[in-house]
Amino acid sequence: MKSSLVGLKKAAGYLAIVVGISSALVGCSGESATSSDSKSADKTEKKVQEIRVVAANHPWTESIKKELPAFEKETGIKVKIDSYFEDQLTQKTSVEFASNSKGIDVVMFRPLQDGKMYNKSGYFAEMSSYVGSEKGYTDDFIPSSLGSVKDGEKFYGLPLVTETEVLYYRKDLLEKAGLEVPKTLEDLEAAAKKLNDPAKGVSGFVSRGKRAAAVTQFSSYLYDFGGDFMKDGKSTITSPEAIEAFNYYGKMLNKYGPKGTLNMSWPEAMAVFTQGHAAFYTDASSLFTNATDPAKSQVADKVGFAPFPAGPEGIKPYNITSWALGIGANSEKKDAAWKFIKWVESKEMVLKLQTEGNPGARISVWNSPEGTAKFPKDLAEAIAANGKAEAVPYDRPVLINVGAARDVIGDVILAGIEGKDVKAAAEKADKEFQKILDSEK
Amino acid sequence: MTNWIDRNIKWVFTMPAVIFVALMMVAPVGYTFWLSFHEWSMSNITPPLWVAFQNYLNLFQDELFINSLKLMFYFTIVAVTVETVLGVGLAILMNQNIVGKGLVKTLFLLPMVATPVAVGLIWVLIYEPNIGIANVFLEKIGLPGQEWLTSQNLVMPSLIFIDVWEWTPMIALIVLAGLVSLPKDPYEAAMIDGANTWQSFTKITLPLLKPTLYSAVLLRMIDALKTFDIIYATTQGGPGTSSQTINIYGYVLGFQYFKIGQASALLMVFFIIVLSISIFTILLRKRAGVNL
Repeated sequence: MKSSLVGLKKAAGYLAIVVGISSALVGCSGESATSSDSKSADKTEKKVQEIRVVAANHPWTESIKKELPAFEKETGIKVKIDSYFEDQLTQKTSVEFASNSKGIDVVMFRPLQDGKMYNKSGYFAEMSSYVGSEKGYTDDFIPSSLGSVKDGEKFYGLPLVTETEVLYYRKDLLEKAGLEVPKTLEDLEAAAKKLNDPAKGVSGFVSRGKRAAAVTQFSSYLYDFGGDFMKDGKSTITSPEAIEAFNYYGKMLNKYGPKGTLNMSWPEAMAVFTQGHAAFYTDASSLFTNATDPAKSQVADKVGFAPFPAGPEGIKPYNITSWALGIGANSEKKDAAWKFIKWVESKEMVLKLQTEGNPGARISVWNSPEGTAKFPKDLAEAIAANGKAEAVPYDRPVLINVGAARDVIGDVILAGIEGKDVKAAAEKADKEFQKILDSEK
Repeated sequence: MTNWIDRNIKWVFTMPAVIFVALMMVAPVGYTFWLSFHEWSMSNITPPLWVAFQNYLNLFQDELFINSLKLMFYFTIVAVTVETVLGVGLAILMNQNIVGKGLVKTLFLLPMVATPVAVGLIWVLIYEPNIGIANVFLEKIGLPGQEWLTSQNLVMPSLIFIDVWEWTPMIALIVLAGLVSLPKDPYEAAMIDGANTWQSFTKITLPLLKPTLYSAVLLRMIDALKTFDIIYATTQGGPGTSSQTINIYGYVLGFQYFKIGQASALLMVFFIIVLSISIFTILLRKRAGVNL
């Protein structure tokens, strides 16, 4: 009997842990210790203030960490950066915000993924008063980027990193096979077919295949074929164009992809490419340093970049604001947080970080020669070409519950990769997706 | 005062434990129970909205939920059965007088001691279809490489294999402890009566081991039902939803879809399942006349 009690207790204990996570939602703020410090700091301005920035594991975060000492010296504000992988970041920040914690001063978020949801849930401090106090402050930002962090006329963030989908390819392999850089999806398929050589450990093509993660990188294919996720609140993922795109993307990974694409988000797909196991790779431009940094990539000197290939409807890649910065609604150091954001978003800093490979959202930086000087030349050209194309300002359906919608659409991509009946999968997903859309009306 | 304490000594002494249990276990479960009747998306502006049983009704119409239930039972039943059989075998082996018994025992413990997430990550590498050692091994012996964790068909067996690798030693250890404490005389009597090894195993060892086995299986079963760490570290429920057990689905509902009410309802159902299985096992043990 005794041990069964132990068993029960164990079960109960475990459940307590599981549900205990939700108790964090009630309001056991883990950061109360630091908040009392800040009050005293406010009184005697001279004491050292510390702000907490919750960020993503992203090249931008790596770059800004090196610059922090200068900011601390200039303003006397200490900056502590916590960084997490994308999904954990969403979870971590939402739990902290929902518990009314005062711990997050500056948050790095994905406007297209979490922006609407966070804004609707009251996680962000309104930023208009700060942005408005500087005259003409937003004039230098790319308008479509600003659009992704606004609720009506109110700002809840500032765009930080922009990206577009480009084609990564292996110069040496193409040269050896005497192939041109593919300009259309048709060319891409032909080239991938030719270069696909599993016996030598080289696949023709790699890209994300993991359910939700694949949706964003699939979006450019969808637009290229003339499809879209939705129109006027109605799901359009069963349109003939969309089916064609699902089929194409699935076929590319099924026939010319490496094994195991179904579990690949960008770190895994990028690893396949940078270890020399794939000839072509399509993903976000902002990840390029992973491929060109000799410390991370075995093919650093052999990587070429090209604009996203054209489909039947021309070149229609996504061109989006992937990351933005916001101020936590409950932060007690909003002024210091704004000082930090203003500093990292200043023309000089955006330029500096952009030369290190972090594409920003400032027009003047993109127009200046230094702004793209350190980018591989072909990448800068590819980004520019993508910008000129009929780029689409979103890479996933624009709605509040993006997470659920991505999973639903991801199921169709999965069916394509596995060579299953795409149409049937799309019809099933269509119903689910429409349900999500209807629930938000 | 002292008088009062003396009179109520049993309450005073148990109070700290009672308060602890109430705060750390009952309160969160209660809160989850409360949330499971509400709709809430972790908003600071919109408070939870009362929806009565809607969350529960939704759950049982949810294909993914039914699927996650099946996967959970599949995982638990197969994993625990294999672990028990192997565990008993291992324990009997380790109970013999073999050279380096101590060393072997220590080595067997290692998988159990390692951090589950680290174990998961290492298995991701082993199972990696292009460069992983599992496929290298298969190809060496002339079999085609498999996709393991990235195949919808193989992902559950692959995960079960990890679980077996990690937790068989625990069963072996508990059973070994039981074996060591078994009395010697029944065996001597059986030998005199002319029983062979197999007979003495099935007629003496197993019946005598029953209480130990029940405990080991119960502990392991509860643990297996709630497996989260190795699945999250390796596949996060993928590919697609083919390894999305109930625990992973709860996480997805809560932290990726922000359906806190729905996730709470799921956790309550899960709680009831684990509770009933535990009670059922205890009853079974009582009926078998085993007492510990």
